[in-house]
Amino acid sequence: MDLTDTCKNIREDTVRCIASIGVGHIGGCLSMVEILATLYFKEMNIDPNNPKMEGRDRLIVSKGHAGPAVYATLANRGYFSKDLLLTLNQSGTALPSHCDMNRTVGIDMTTGSLGQGFSCAVGAALGSKIKKDGAYVYAIIGDGESQEGQIWEAAMFAASKKLNNLIAFTDYNGMQIDGMTEDVNGLEPLADKWKGFGWNTYEVDGHDLDQLATAIKNAKAQDKPTMIIAKTIKGKGVSFVEEKGFANHNMPFKEEDLAKAIKEIRG
Amino acid sequence: MSKIEMRAVYAEELKKLMQKDQNVVVIDADLAKANGTWALRNDFPDRAIDVGVAEQNMMGIAAGLASYGFKPYINSFAPFSTRRICDQITLSGCYAKQNVKIIGSDPGISAELNGGTHMGLEDIGVIRSIPDIVIFEPVDTIQFRKAMPVIYDYDGVVYIRMFRKIIEDVFTEDYEFDLFKADKIKDGKDVSIFASGIMVQESIRALEILKNEGVDAELINIHTIKPIDKDAILQSVAKTKCAVTCENHNIIGGLFSAVSEVLIQNAPTPVLPIGINDTFGEVGKMPYLKNLYKLNAQDIVNKCLEVIKLK
Repeated sequence: MDLTDTCKNIREDTVRCIASIGVGHIGGCLSMVEILATLYFKEMNIDPNNPKMEGRDRLIVSKGHAGPAVYATLANRGYFSKDLLLTLNQSGTALPSHCDMNRTVGIDMTTGSLGQGFSCAVGAALGSKIKKDGAYVYAIIGDGESQEGQIWEAAMFAASKKLNNLIAFTDYNGMQIDGMTEDVNGLEPLADKWKGFGWNTYEVDGHDLDQLATAIKNAKAQDKPTMIIAKTIKGKGVSFVEEKGFANHNMPFKEEDLAKAIKEIRG
Repeated sequence: MSKIEMRAVYAEELKKLMQKDQNVVVIDADLAKANGTWALRNDFPDRAIDVGVAEQNMMGIAAGLASYGFKPYINSFAPFSTRRICDQITLSGCYAKQNVKIIGSDPGISAELNGGTHMGLEDIGVIRSIPDIVIFEPVDTIQFRKAMPVIYDYDGVVYIRMFRKIIEDVFTEDYEFDLFKADKIKDGKDVSIFASGIMVQESIRALEILKNEGVDAELINIHTIKPIDKDAILQSVAKTKCAVTCENHNIIGGLFSAVSEVLIQNAPTPVLPIGINDTFGEVGKMPYLKNLYKLNAQDIVNKCLEVIKLK
């Protein structure tokens, strides 16, 4: 299947997942669909039938609130049935709002308290180096999340240890809960910050599959960790979600919104 | 008196574990010399990691390594390996069910000349309210040596509150360690003393004075403060009908709280605390600090005499 179609499927299943409970972190889910599709359908050495496979590549979604997009991706990749997506946040569910490795098949780290997952990704990348298993560790952090000091502690260490098996993405949609990132606590110049911390850095259109693939390919040729700053649109693909701006971080999304959203996604 | 420091025992036992198991890693945050782990980097250059002055990241890296099948031991002074990284321990460690061992050294007044900033008097309180964590405070080198392999075998987060330097022996080599069972150090019938860490040695001195006062006190070492050995506490007070707790920690959240929680739910019993009475630490040597916070043997005696009257 064409990766563009896969993205449409993941977007549709993400909005179905969130609509099933009527509210959720829709903006930051839809902004990282192309990154997830590229990783799970093109790049990562994984086996949905053996989710704990030794030496597999891993993804740690440090912006753990994007759980629904990850779940939609895992379901499309065959980790579990799409029916499960409709249990998001229901009592006793295997799919909680934030990623939980002990509840959901295929999740590589429990995340949700921002900044922590990125440290864990650095730890996993270090683990892979110690074991010499040749695996890659991918991480996705939020732009708002980049205000956490722990991100920069982890960044410094990863560069210091030349963890070139660590390839990270900033989902740079420019928005956070309280407003525009640059207004709340500006990150710019973000690429220079990562370069200054000793990282190889690329800036790409986070919705352009070719640019993402090229950046990952180039990252794999580096002798240091790579940060791919992916410029994205929060709520990408559903106009009435995009139009909400930073209010779409966690917003009501009802069954009646679904048909319109899917029509746009399928457009 | 032991001839070896606690931190040296820690390093020796950790070295054995690292030799036995390729998955054991030690992580320091710029205090490897202070915590005794420095030499391990010579023996295990790949598995002795120093993250620099970044304790939050140390816990995160440990959790990431644990998710990869490693068994990390992270190290810092007690306040920095608990209070400072409480959220990382809670979520990346306990909630995520990652097998990370946490060493906090120089607990409470044993921080001495590092003073109030380094004097963790609330670490047990902070950590005790996190589910799925074990809190262990070794009392001497003999116990600690026996505890290390047992803690290694335990699959889960354990916080080890480790006095660093030379400490008097309480146990002899025939001592048998059980992580989840308290140690009865002396039988008695008039009052139960529940003590932890350096306050066990102080309580042993109190026993002598109490004997001269005609009081037959029972002394129990609560080396594991969470999960606490309820049976040992209840069996003791069933006999003595009153208790004193002795801890090198704020009386809020620590051993006094833990023992009181057991008693009030099962056998309401008068219990009085010896410990730091909700104030910060300050610079000083141990004798000065023990006087300041009323942690001496005579203070324990006075508290025992006081609680006996409440029966």
